Amino acid sequence: MKKENIISRREFIGQLTKIGALGLATYVSQKAFGSTETATNNKQKHRYGMVIDTRRCVGCRACVMACKAENGTPLGIYYTLVFDEILQNKPSDKPIYMTKPCFHCQKPSCVDMCPVSATFKREEDGIVVVDYDRCIGCRYCMTACPYSARWFDFGENYPAVAENTDYAAIPSPEYNQFRERKPHTSPIGNVRKCTFCIHLQDEEGKYNKKEGRWPACAKTCTAHAIFFGDLNDPESEVNILLREHNYIRLKEELGIEPNVYYLI
Amino acid sequence: MKTTILKKAFWILAILLILIGIYGWYIRLFFGHTEANYGNIITWGLWVAAYIYFSGLSAGSFLVSSMVYVFNDTKFERIGKLSVFTALVTLLMALLSIWADLGHMNRVWYVMVYPNFKSPMAWMIYLYSTYMLLLFCEIYFLLRYDFVVGKKQANFKGRICKILSLGSNDTSEKSRMRDKKIVKILATVGIPMVILFSGGVGTLFGVVSARPHWHSGLFPILFLISALVSGVALVTLVSAIFQDGFTKNKSTVVELGKFVLFLLLIDVLFQISEFLIAYRGGIPGHIAGWDIVTSGQYAWVFWGWQGVIGTLIPILLLILPTRKSPVWVALAGLLIAAGIFGLRLNIVIPGLAVEEIHGLTSAIFNHRVDLHYFPSISEWLLTFGIIGFGMFLFGLGEYFLPKSEEVTEEH
Repeated sequence: MKKENIISRREFIGQLTKIGALGLATYVSQKAFGSTETATNNKQKHRYGMVIDTRRCVGCRACVMACKAENGTPLGIYYTLVFDEILQNKPSDKPIYMTKPCFHCQKPSCVDMCPVSATFKREEDGIVVVDYDRCIGCRYCMTACPYSARWFDFGENYPAVAENTDYAAIPSPEYNQFRERKPHTSPIGNVRKCTFCIHLQDEEGKYNKKEGRWPACAKTCTAHAIFFGDLNDPESEVNILLREHNYIRLKEELGIEPNVYYLI
Repeated sequence: MKTTILKKAFWILAILLILIGIYGWYIRLFFGHTEANYGNIITWGLWVAAYIYFSGLSAGSFLVSSMVYVFNDTKFERIGKLSVFTALVTLLMALLSIWADLGHMNRVWYVMVYPNFKSPMAWMIYLYSTYMLLLFCEIYFLLRYDFVVGKKQANFKGRICKILSLGSNDTSEKSRMRDKKIVKILATVGIPMVILFSGGVGTLFGVVSARPHWHSGLFPILFLISALVSGVALVTLVSAIFQDGFTKNKSTVVELGKFVLFLLLIDVLFQISEFLIAYRGGIPGHIAGWDIVTSGQYAWVFWGWQGVIGTLIPILLLILPTRKSPVWVALAGLLIAAGIFGLRLNIVIPGLAVEEIHGLTSAIFNHRVDLHYFPSISEWLLTFGIIGFGMFLFGLGEYFLPKSEEVTEEH
């Protein structure tokens, strides 16, 4: 009788472990292969994006400077850049200028690479952000971004904002965290990227162009080539532009659906 | 007499490398990444290449030991313990290399508390951690008896054995049978683990669709095979120089030579197939990386280091009559193991050294936005330090591990 008891208990524990293992396996496989896209689409109130008119861009690089001034990015980190290129198959030799922030893709390839989920796409507005306190600095996401939109903070400074100068004490408003730049502390040793200046959003997650709470590059653009807005709102400036013009998105073939469009 | 000179030279070299490595670690720990030469275009450099190289060595060495403890291969019986030891030392070297590469070294444990199961890198870290524990357990049960016996010595060695035996005193036949059983289980579990993690490193690179040079279904297999080649080659070399193996392990070394030749030829086959498909397809993005490998500034790494030194000469040494001489076979092992490091560099750097958007590196002038990469002095020194640390551990192993005659006696 007693023996039987022991066996049944064993069996019971065995069954329990099996159920537990099955549960764990389902959880892990859901996490590993499940689609984030459908989950975010339902909750996503805003889908912020940009429309950049390459025909208007004059290549002044004011956006690059405005971004640096707004976010206080150090030497070697450029959340936005301006490319100039003379296209081979164009009849004129007028260069094409193009500014390139982070594209905040609908299916970002960088996010799934992060071993600690330190970078993620915000559910409410689709902006891809980095949690500086969690990022371990492995730079895997940088290899995974097909647009080189991610930058590692090596800890270098412009001479004017080097350590122990008054400028160094001015914190960066990024993520409304106002971190002071000190050696060995985040964001040094972290991966950094364009955030569409989310520190300028209000409590409801909205920007306001009139009040100046608008991404620095779009606000500054001298040629009015950078348009910013909510792609979920059919009457937003960006959606009207996309309805009325031909546009391209870069590296469409990768299927990651960037939220930055170029008018050509 | 000759061996004592060689031994002294080995120890001096190991300590020298550790000393210069300390400078590299000092720079890394106190100045972060400022002195490193990788940047925002080539985001991974020498340390990542060293990491995949050392981890490959570990996988290959473990395979040799599994042939003994799982498949009861008598040819390699003499070097079973040695290859588990090699696997452990090279794994520690790999983990040190990748640890130095992290932006925040103190946050390495975050992978355990904030897991992301979608990230191949997270899976790699779980696999490595489990594999490291497995190796520690396996090596303990392999050597437990030797430590218990060694305890009886009154000297320093005896005291070390006492610590390493972890309080075990059992020398009975029964306990030795139990050890053997445990080792067999651990070695069996280790095989899929080794395949998963060395293929997994290839997956880590292969899934990156943004980098056409890496994004190939062959990558995990290629990583696995070259890991095995380099590991077996290293074991060949180590069994020739470890504990007078030169005279005692003669037949084992020659056997290992045959095995490594077989693996090397498969590896060459896979690499040629990768190369041919890329070039015949001719998609600019796909061949951009290969163009850097074959005709870029560091093309000599591919043709000279990897091709001639790491592949051609060893193949010749292993098929000509020199294949019967342990000296030449050991040399071939050294060359192959060194050549695979060139292969690792040629995977990491050319894959990244391509502008993702044309004009990226001319849009701004900054040394972090550059397609050219050569490791900085501090990067080299830190890596040399890790090699010195590995040699140091090997030296200790040479001294403390039971001599191979005792191993044969046992069976």
